[in-house]
Order: sequence, then structure tokens, then C-alpha cells
Amino acid sequence: MSLFQIDFGGQKEHKVIGIDLGTTNSLAAFMDLTGPTVIPDPQGEVIVPSVVSIPEKGEPIVGHAAVERLITHPERTIFSVKRLMGRGVGDVQDELKLFPFHIAPDSDTVIHLELGGKKFTPPAVSALVLRQLKQNAKDFFGEPIEHAVITVPAYFNDAQRQATKDAGRIAGIQVMRLVNEPTAAALAYGLDKRQNGVVAVYDLGGGTFDISILKLHDGIFEVLATNGDTHLGGDDIDNLLMRIALEDIASEWGVDLSSDAGAVQRVRRAVIEAKHALSTAMAAVIEVHHDGKSYRRELPRELFEKLIAPVIDRTLTPCRDCMKDAGVTPDEIDEVVLVGGSTRIPLVRQAVRNLFKAEPHTELNPDEVVALGAAVQAGILSGHVPDKLLLDVTPLSLGIETMGGIVSKLIHRNSTIPASAAETFTTAVDGQSNVLIHVVQGEREMVRDCRSLARFDLKGIDPLPAGMAKIQVKFLIDANGILNVSAKDLRTGKEQTIEVKPSYGLTDEQVEAIVLESFEKAEEDFSERQLREVRVEADRILNAVDKAKGDDAYMDLSDEERAGVDQAIAELILAYHGSDHNLIHNKMDGLNQATLKLAELMMNTAVQGLMKGTKIDA
Amino acid sequence: MEAPPSGYYEIFGIEKKLALDVEGLQRRFYERSREWHPDRHARASAEQREFAEQATATLNDAWRVLRDPVARAEYFLTAAGVKTDAKKTPPDLLEEVFELNMALEEARDGDTGAKSQVAAALVRFTAMLESLDADRGALFLRIDLGDAAAIPALRALLDKRKYLQNLVRDARATME
Ligand SMILES: Nc1ncnc2c1ncn2[C@@H]1O[C@H](COP(=O)(O)OP(=O)(O)O)[C@@H](O)[C@H]1O
Ligand SMILES: [Mg+2]
Repeated sequence: MSLFQIDFGGQKEHKVIGIDLGTTNSLAAFMDLTGPTVIPDPQGEVIVPSVVSIPEKGEPIVGHAAVERLITHPERTIFSVKRLMGRGVGDVQDELKLFPFHIAPDSDTVIHLELGGKKFTPPAVSALVLRQLKQNAKDFFGEPIEHAVITVPAYFNDAQRQATKDAGRIAGIQVMRLVNEPTAAALAYGLDKRQNGVVAVYDLGGGTFDISILKLHDGIFEVLATNGDTHLGGDDIDNLLMRIALEDIASEWGVDLSSDAGAVQRVRRAVIEAKHALSTAMAAVIEVHHDGKSYRRELPRELFEKLIAPVIDRTLTPCRDCMKDAGVTPDEIDEVVLVGGSTRIPLVRQAVRNLFKAEPHTELNPDEVVALGAAVQAGILSGHVPDKLLLDVTPLSLGIETMGGIVSKLIHRNSTIPASAAETFTTAVDGQSNVLIHVVQGEREMVRDCRSLARFDLKGIDPLPAGMAKIQVKFLIDANGILNVSAKDLRTGKEQTIEVKPSYGLTDEQVEAIVLESFEKAEEDFSERQLREVRVEADRILNAVDKAKGDDAYMDLSDEERAGVDQAIAELILAYHGSDHNLIHNKMDGLNQATLKLAELMMNTAVQGLMKGTKIDA
Repeated sequence: MEAPPSGYYEIFGIEKKLALDVEGLQRRFYERSREWHPDRHARASAEQREFAEQATATLNDAWRVLRDPVARAEYFLTAAGVKTDAKKTPPDLLEEVFELNMALEEARDGDTGAKSQVAAALVRFTAMLESLDADRGALFLRIDLGDAAAIPALRALLDKRKYLQNLVRDARATME
């Protein structure tokens, strides 16, 4: 980037915050000169529980206030919605048994939650949590915040990532980057830690488990491999304890509470309290009062550990697979970092210690470390952390369906992203005008055992004899871990149109529709505000260039170069009066480009002046 | 702005050689990542961001391939238009493969003598694989020096290697 751009505007500096959008809890952080710091709400609370309640009348209730309503209004209060992100109803039968809220019938590709006659998709619900965080940030900084880095479990697939990005868009947030949670944690830890070495990050939260192994190398954080389970976490422990408590209660009281949503939430709260207590105490009590009756059960740590051991064991296979893919043995792992509330459980720490033969790091608060790392990444994207760089990987292999339902792998799991692959397609019959490509994610050989990602329809192929058409399709997994597909007709060199049908998740149009009808109508003029802002920038750069035209250096340009500057000014002014903020951005870039030489000349003169000055002084 | 090169050697800006100093390549990979990675250009123009993404994607793809001598050789030969024929049994292995298949069949029927025969063959084939890898370096150098005769030799070596790998894998799977 030229100095001219920095001097005369170009891109205005906007604050970028880091957001940990968790299954259980969410929070935001930002980066300043002292390092990453969490952002509290006006009451000083940092954590926003990822709970949303939709009252009969008025605005949605989010966070701590919504947690209270889990018991009083269970059928109107949504929790753990992250488990539903990017999924179809067929994927989540297990969790639906535990959710008191209703699912609308048309939920095959996108789940629709039905609350009080209204329908909500998981991204729309997550957007309400994001909106709360955005509001907290606005209160904290005294200015609106519209840019963020959002974290996702490393093992999230394409649809789950896309759903997270959609949530950002619905909340009026420009998602600068999706970062994997364990990688973010490593960034937060890496700040004052070793410069070189191999680090394992073990992240066991409420709903998801991730393991990542990274190589640190003079400020480069290179992920070697990642693995995990997007359906494994503290929730599983809660469900286990709940089943026991509900059975006990059924036999003691002779009533089955499991169909009473409010009572179930009460039991859930009781077992979670006991679980948390057991992380420090040797015994805890599960206590439930309901309808004038009481249930009380002592739970010693030993029994608790026996019960949860199978859940914790489930984290070990992904860890071993991850080490294998990373090509490291436990001895080669220098440090282990623990992330996620469930790593407070002593048995989890023991399991990690045994597996990696290292004492895990717990210095940073496991509730905050992911958000802090997201803030560091926000700092990297803003250009404030020049010495650090994250090289992440895609967690799942990407392939296309070939004859007989067999997967042909194009990009292998644990490939550093962005990663790409190109494949040439042709037609099978004379005159065929479109080709359908089915893209899947997963490690298995057969399409039916993998996750369908999308169907891409290459349309408008020139009618030719079979096998003559040559369409090159480029698959690119971007730095967010999201697939982008483009196609080119190799005969004509023209871009080929593609129609994308995502297998799970919202289409662009659907997201747009939700954005439009979203709750705070004020947000509707988001694009208007963007337009206003970009015009302010354009004003600044036009002024600057106008002033520069009075400089001697301007006369040193060739006629052609001066004409180029005038042309770029004219184009920018034209765009300025339109309403496309992207176009204005483009034209600003154009003007910056056209004035590069001028900027350089002006710089040189300035530097020469400076050097002269030094000489005289000497 | 011009699109970044799509060739793997070109994106690294190095000569098209088979014998590569992988450590040096890694240093270059990190250097170019620092320069091109999309995170470094998040606030740049759409055009610059597009360049950063394309260049980094190609760099990552190239690093994955070039750091591995076998993948690198395959890439090199494919770019040179040399075709592969890995399904065919290499002539010098015909006899041994025939014997191995016999032994495998007998082993499946529970013949313990055949089992040790298979095990012995597996050891021999694994040693063969190792010696192929040792021969590879010399062919790399010959090709780099312009010896065209070494190209089909390298192709044959890679085909034989792939064949042996499949053979060993399948034999192990049957024995389990
Ligand atoms: N002291 C504790 N002991 C055991 N589990 C805990 C403790 N504190 C929090 N947890 C559990 O951690 C999980 C939430 O962790 P968190 O990292 O916030 O998850 P997520 O990222 O999924 O939102 C919940 O299952 C919660 O019960
Ligand atoms: Mg988390």
C-alpha cells in the first residue's frame, strides 16, 4: 500500500472486535496497545449466555435475563442453538429430544424453530446474541461497531461456517474472518509465550470438542492438523446426570417430569450446579424442588468420574488421529493449552495429562481465551499486529461425486487454507447444455457416508457433440474455511454461470430476506450508512488529491499521467452520486492507483527536504 | 492487476528442478505467506484481496506438492506431459507377485507356512520400496542436468513404487 493512501484516506480505520459465539456463552474482546481485553456490558458483565427468549410482546430477550426464562417460559426460550447451526432436522434428532421448543415441519435443509407463531432459523437466533454483543461494544466504545472476527469450532463443516457468517450478516456485522476456536486460543496464549515449538490445544466446551496441533515459528502460527466432534461437550455430561435424576425422581415421586419443560429445566440447572461444584469439591448435592416436593441426591466425585469417563474417553480418539495427521508424537508436543469450561473438570485434566504427557496450561481464563484470541486476529487483520500470522487448515476433505456414488477427493483434510483444486468437466451426450456437480465433505469413500455440501449446476454450455465441451471448475476453500466455486469454459475462456443449491443452510436470498425483516428496523439503513461513510472517505481523498494538484510534483507528471488522474477523479465523482458503495470503493482504489506516482514524487521531495535539513544541522 | 501465476514453481519463483532444498523452500513459503496471506490484505481493495487469496491458495497448494519428493515428481512429469501406467505389473516383478498371490491364497485357507512366506515377501517388497526411494535422487539430478533418458526411468520408478505400495497395503489387509 502506498504512503499516499495512508496519508490521504483510502480506507478509514474502523474498529474490529473479536467474538466468541459459544454454545453456552458468548463474549467479545478487542485489541489495544496493551494486548487483548474483554468487553463488558454496562453492568460490568463480560459473558452473555447464548440464550434467547421471545416474549409475547416486545423485543427479544438475550443473555442473563433470558436464562431466567428457561424455567418460566421454556417453550419460548432457546438455548444451545449453535448445535443446530448449518444442520437439517435429520441431523439433530438427539438434541431435539432435549429441546422444549418446537420445530416447524419444513426443516429438512434449514431448521425452523417455532416460537409463539413465529419462525426463526438458527442463524437468526444467533444473530440476536451477536446483536447484544454489538450493542455492548457500542456502549463500551461510544461508537457503533460493525466489523468483527467470529470464532467457530475448528471441526465445523462448510454449512456450519456459512450459517455463522449468515448470523453475522443478519446482525449487521461485517464478518472479517471466521477463526477456529482452538487456533484463536493459541494466539491468545502465544502472545508472551515461546517463539518456536509445537502446541496442542484441547477445547472442550458446552457442545463441541476440538483438538488442534500447531507449530509456532517466529510469529507464524501454523496449524498442522485439527480434529474434533461437533457434538461432544459439557451438555453430554448434563444429559447423563439428568437422565439419572429424572429416573430417580420418577421412582421416588411416582411422576415423570420429562414432559414438563419447566421442570426439566429446573433439573438441568440442578445437575449443572452439582457438576460445577464437583470440579473443586469431592462431593456435591443434586437438589430439585418442584410442586412442593423435594429431591436430593449426594453425588461423590468418584461416582461422578465413573459416570463421565466414557464421555471424556470420546475425546481421546480425535486427539490421537490429530497427532497422527500432524506427524507428531506426544513427546514432540511442547505445550498443551486447555480451553472451554468443561476443561475445569479434574478428570478431563488428568486425561489430557496422561495422553500428552505434559502439564496443561490453564493461566488464561478458559471462558475468555477464545474471545481474546479472536481480538488478536482482529488486530492482525487491522494491520496492528504485523509480526503474527495464522496459517489454518480445513478440517474435512472436499470431494465430488463420481460414477457409482464414489467420492473423488479434491482437497484433503488438514490442507492449509486458502486451498484450491481444479477439475475439468465435459458433457456425456450431444448437445448437453448443463452439468451438475455434487460436492461433499468428509473422509469416507462413498457419497452416502459423507456430508452433502451443495449441488452446482453449470448452465448455458454451448451445444456440442458429447465430450467436446471443456469446463474448468475451480474449487477454492477460502481463509474462512468456506468453499467458493468458479467455472470457466476452456474453449472460449469465458466465465461460466453456476447455480448453487446448498444442501443445508440458507440461500443468499433467504439471508437477505431475514436481514430485511430483522428486528431493529434501524438496522435497515445499514447499507445507507455504509454509503454515507464511504462518501465521507471519498470527500477526503478528493480533497487531498485536489490539494496535491497544487504541489510542484504534479507538474512533474507526464500529460498522460495527469489525464489519468483526471479520469479517475471523474469516475469517482460519478460513482459518488450513485448509491453503490462498493463501486465508490472501487473508484477510490482507482484514484489511489492513478495517483501512486504523484504520491511517490511528493514523498521524495519531502524526504530530500528532510535530508537537507539533517546536513545543515550536522 | 495481473493474476498470480498458477504454476507451482512459478508461484515460488524458483527454477523447475526436481532436486529441491526443502528447507529453503519452507523459508520461502513462510516469507511469501507473510507477504500474500489474505489476513495481511483484509483492508485492501477488492482486487488486491482477490490477488492475495489466489496467490496464497496457489502457494499453499504448491508447498503441499513440492515439499514431498514423490508428489513433486508426479507434478513435474504431468506438467511435462508424461503419462502414467501404474496399474500394469512391472515386468521384473511378475514372478514374485505371482508367488505372493499364491501364498496369500494359501494363507487365507489357514496355511501357516504360507503365512510366513507372505511375511517374508512383505519384508522384501518393503526393502524394494526403500531402495526405489534411494534411487530417486540420482534420477532427479540427471533430469535436472538435461538427461532426457532419465525421464522415462523416473516414470517407471514412480509407477513401480505405486504398484508396490498398493501390493503391500493389500497384502497387509488380507493378513489381518
Ligand atoms: N467449573 C466447571 N466445572 C465443570 N464444567 C464447567 C465448569 N464451568 C463451566 N463448565 C461447563 O463448560 C461448558 C461451557 O463452556 P464454554 O467454554 O463456555 O462452552 P461453549 O464454548 O460451548 O459456549 C458448560 O457445559 C458448562 O457446564
Ligand atoms: Mg467455546
